[in-house]
Amino acid sequence: MIDRRIARAALGAAGVAGFLAVAEVAGRLGIVPDVLPYASRVLVTAAELPLETRFRADVLATLEACVSGLAIAIAVAVPAGLLLGTVSFLERSVRPLVEFLRPIPSVALIPLAMFLFPVSHDAKVALIVYTCSWPLLINTLYGLSDVDPLAKDTLRSFGFGPLAVALRVSLPSAAPFIATGVRIAVSVTLIVAVSVELLAPGGGGIGAFQSLAGSANRTDRMLAAPLWAGVIGLAANLLFATAERRLFRWHGARTGEPA
Amino acid sequence: MTAARRLVWYWLLPVAVLAWELATRSAQAAYFPPPSRIVTRLHEMWFSGPPSRVFLTDEAVADLLPSLARLFAGWAMACAAGVLAGVALGRSRRLSALVEPLVHFGRSVPPSTLVPVFLVLFKIGTPMELASIVYGVIWPVLINSMDGARHVDRQYIETGVVYRLGPWQRLTRVILPAASPKIFAGLRLSVSLALIMMVISELVGSSEGIGHRMLEAQSQFDIPAMWAGIVLLGLLGIALNAAFLGVERLVLSWHRGARTGV
Repeated sequence: MIDRRIARAALGAAGVAGFLAVAEVAGRLGIVPDVLPYASRVLVTAAELPLETRFRADVLATLEACVSGLAIAIAVAVPAGLLLGTVSFLERSVRPLVEFLRPIPSVALIPLAMFLFPVSHDAKVALIVYTCSWPLLINTLYGLSDVDPLAKDTLRSFGFGPLAVALRVSLPSAAPFIATGVRIAVSVTLIVAVSVELLAPGGGGIGAFQSLAGSANRTDRMLAAPLWAGVIGLAANLLFATAERRLFRWHGARTGEPA
Repeated sequence: MTAARRLVWYWLLPVAVLAWELATRSAQAAYFPPPSRIVTRLHEMWFSGPPSRVFLTDEAVADLLPSLARLFAGWAMACAAGVLAGVALGRSRRLSALVEPLVHFGRSVPPSTLVPVFLVLFKIGTPMELASIVYGVIWPVLINSMDGARHVDRQYIETGVVYRLGPWQRLTRVILPAASPKIFAGLRLSVSLALIMMVISELVGSSEGIGHRMLEAQSQFDIPAMWAGIVLLGLLGIALNAAFLGVERLVLSWHRGARTGV
């Protein structure tokens, strides 16, 4: 078993090394157009980037926007979902509206957000809130529809009011689904944040760093940024997946992605 | 009866539109034109052409068609490549061990960070937008296909062996159908991602298309035209989702039948 795991890791490492080697050779032989730097150059630049205060500030700017946007979205969407999920009249009325608003690609709102929020940071956070709210809302509703009616009836027969039932039964049993919603939302936050930064680089961030690198004709820096963004994305995904597994071990039938 | 009853629950939609209309008219908000003006602008900008051209205007032909063509071409390319590579990876333990770290890393790179790189590589134009769409879309398709092809019920494979299916038949008759529910789950995620990537790539580097038209409207303070773009993209998203669900229901109808039969 452990042998197998080591073999897998070795194969994976070989795959990564092989990919880098092929990219390097392709660059040196001129198969990849000259505008792109060699793979080794990108790696060296990427290794040096964390030493730069500017780059660190840009990464922090992006992360800060993502975290505050996500936090606001959770604070708005989960209570909204809880309200809709407990009052069936509201849910059935609002559902079509949600189904009409949700498919609007959030990036289509970037031009509007740039008008409404002259400060690029606010536009970024607002768009992240918009983007994250839908998977959170949908997953909260989905989780609430899955609550064991017997548990709710039990609490009711002990004389608990609707609010207590919602907070003590519905919310905890919907929590794993909400967590799935959070994980889906996290993966989109970075995409949206970087898109805004590319179009409105005023507020800093990874996208602004790339715009600057582009205008300075430093393609190695431009390619090193996605490398770090990938590392951040991987770390975020790992963090949330582990937290989910730890927190909701009791929740046996974890579903994939119901949204 | 049931359809009529379901329709009743749509009461909030007209109410919301009406409230929006009244609120924006009375507030005279600069950035929020009333819906009636947005729809008028949408109509005159794109859909007031001659009947011989299905009412499309010159602008519509110049904006919408390239956008849609890139959307579908990019999506189709990514899906074909993703399913092909995913099934191959799912069926070969060694191959998947070799590239799995690369796949997980590639998936984690936010595709918007690569748009400027593609812009340098391909310059402004269709190839750059196609590359952005393909990169954004391929990962969920690839990963879901891999997952689906890996977890084919052993009994199905063994039945195939008993019937002496050749490798090609085993692929098309056993593995692909067994993996198709998973594959479709990936494809469904990819539809909305393709739309997002189309818009981003057009906003960042394009000289035509819906996204470019919206950016132009923004710089000219043509707010209704900008909103017309938002509405059009929303409608496009709804239409694509509905079309995809329809196709999925059609293709996977046997699957649901087989499951309920068990």
